[in-house]
Amino acid sequence: MRSFTYARADTAEQAVRDNDADGCVFIAGGTNLLDLMKLQVETPEKLVDISRLPLAEIEEREDGGLTIGALVPNSDLAADRRVIEKYEVLSRALLAGASGQLRNKASTGGNLLQRTRCYYFYDLASPCNKREPGTGCSAMGGFNRVLAVLGTSEHCIATHPSDMAVAMRALDATVVTLKKDGDKRRISIHDFYRLPGDTPHIETVLEPGELITHVELPAPVEGARHVYRKVRDRASYAFALVSVAGVVTVEDGRIAHAALAFGGLGPMPWRDDAVEAALVGQAPSDAAFGAAADALFRDAQGYGHNDFKIPLARRTLIATLRELTAE
Amino acid sequence: MHFTINGQHHEVEADIRTSLLDLAREHLGLTGSKKGCDHGQCGACTMLVNGRRINSCLTLAVMHQDDEIVTIEGLGQPDKLHPLQAAFVSHDGYQCGYCTPGQICSAVGMLDEAKKGWPSHVSADLTDAPLDDHEISERMSGNICRCAAYPNIVDAIAEVAGLSDEQRQPEREVAA
Ligand SMILES: Cc1cc2nc3c(=O)[nH]c(=O)nc-3n(C[C@H](O)[C@H](O)[C@H](O)COP(=O)(O)OP(=O)(O)OC[C@H]3O[C@@H](n4cnc5c(N)ncnc54)[C@H](O)[C@@H]3O)c2cc1C
Ligand code: SF4
Repeated sequence: MRSFTYARADTAEQAVRDNDADGCVFIAGGTNLLDLMKLQVETPEKLVDISRLPLAEIEEREDGGLTIGALVPNSDLAADRRVIEKYEVLSRALLAGASGQLRNKASTGGNLLQRTRCYYFYDLASPCNKREPGTGCSAMGGFNRVLAVLGTSEHCIATHPSDMAVAMRALDATVVTLKKDGDKRRISIHDFYRLPGDTPHIETVLEPGELITHVELPAPVEGARHVYRKVRDRASYAFALVSVAGVVTVEDGRIAHAALAFGGLGPMPWRDDAVEAALVGQAPSDAAFGAAADALFRDAQGYGHNDFKIPLARRTLIATLRELTAE
Repeated sequence: MHFTINGQHHEVEADIRTSLLDLAREHLGLTGSKKGCDHGQCGACTMLVNGRRINSCLTLAVMHQDDEIVTIEGLGQPDKLHPLQAAFVSHDGYQCGYCTPGQICSAVGMLDEAKKGWPSHVSADLTDAPLDDHEISERMSGNICRCAAYPNIVDAIAEVAGLSDEQRQPEREVAA
């Protein structure tokens, strides 16, 4: 690990003030950042410790939604009664991720910003456009079993590894931030992540030094059923090969509302209006579910080792929709 | 830097990069906590910080100056074992023993989480998730045992949790 200077912030305002130069990064739970610093994938010059910021509360808003502080640990968020009762898909996604120890440390903000698990990103000896822009992508012709089939570019085919973020996308979350100039921003999760294009090292729309302070969930969809289904190489403590977060209502025998987001398939938690358009107004049936899967994969591209993800995700989506719409 | 570990106060001069694990092992002679992978994947370094289990390898010591830190040495000593330490001995919950301190610290944290009513990935009902063998295995999945002493580890934890045989193996609905 390269050395760095360290500052501990007590307020959000102080945190953005302390983040005063290039090479300065926030550290929350540290479970992703320190991992990458040990390997020198990340070599920050200064760490601003935000772990003590008073942003660890979950609060109900008047509009029926929830405001989640950026420092709320994943384990507390998963176990919160309001989350379990109104946003079960979020609890389920969190509980499907990492381990008990890691969830105790991992923060809501840090989870959104965790980096890819592409093997080559971790391997300093391999070219990687995300780690070192312009060096090339080793995964494209290499071992890419765990990587993306949607939203890729010729420069990067990495996936975003978070489970939580997939549920957040199905729930139409909003990311609230504090910028260096003191301005606050509210960014829809749908606009928060960026496709790799020719700049795969830039993953979100956050500006340098911008701090996530909260994540807001809108009021829950009345009467919706929630499912998070994660498919992985072992039954626990593994990243998703494919995951589906679904929030669906059925009224008078027809799908009235459908929000479906996908993990393990793209460079960001994936959501596609065409999938939902194929479902809303339809009576639940395997034909309708198959049409939704067709819509999801209309532009999919496998890279060899990861070709299996397309049929796997199709079956996972159909199974999830059956569960969401079962009588 | 200053630390409170196992109820004792320490003043330490250490490199800013020192992990909480290295602080305990290299600076304070508390070598019970083990370094397995050093990347949060194996759980051998598990400690309790303010009562919560964490991977001490994936956190910086400097960030824990005002916390209550407990390592395996603070849970119990050979002449006065913690109930989980005693249960690991009587159930043979290890072979080589390298993962054991982490397993035991993790189990202490896990039982406390269960007491608070926290659910897990395998809980059918997230608001009512009593412990059983399946729950114990899932909740302990962050601790890898290379010798695969898992059945005995589950036995030891189930005993300390006070579970009867029926409670340990309830009938479960099998997902379609
Ligand atoms: C062995 C292992 C297995 C795992 N398995 C899974 C899994 O199955 N599913 C899953 O979803 N995740 C998994 N994870 C990843 C884990 O969820 C993340 O490491 C964690 O959520 C990151 O949160 P953190 O608070 O520790 O972030 P940190 O490591 O502190 O930060 C991560 C990044 O976010 C930035 N950051 C943090 N907070 C803020 C903020 N408030 N504002 C602006 N920037 C911020 C930091 O600068 C850094 O760049 C696993 C991790 C490990 C080590
Ligand atoms: S897929 Fe992305 S992260 Fe992986 S090697 Fe290619 S550029 Fe790097």
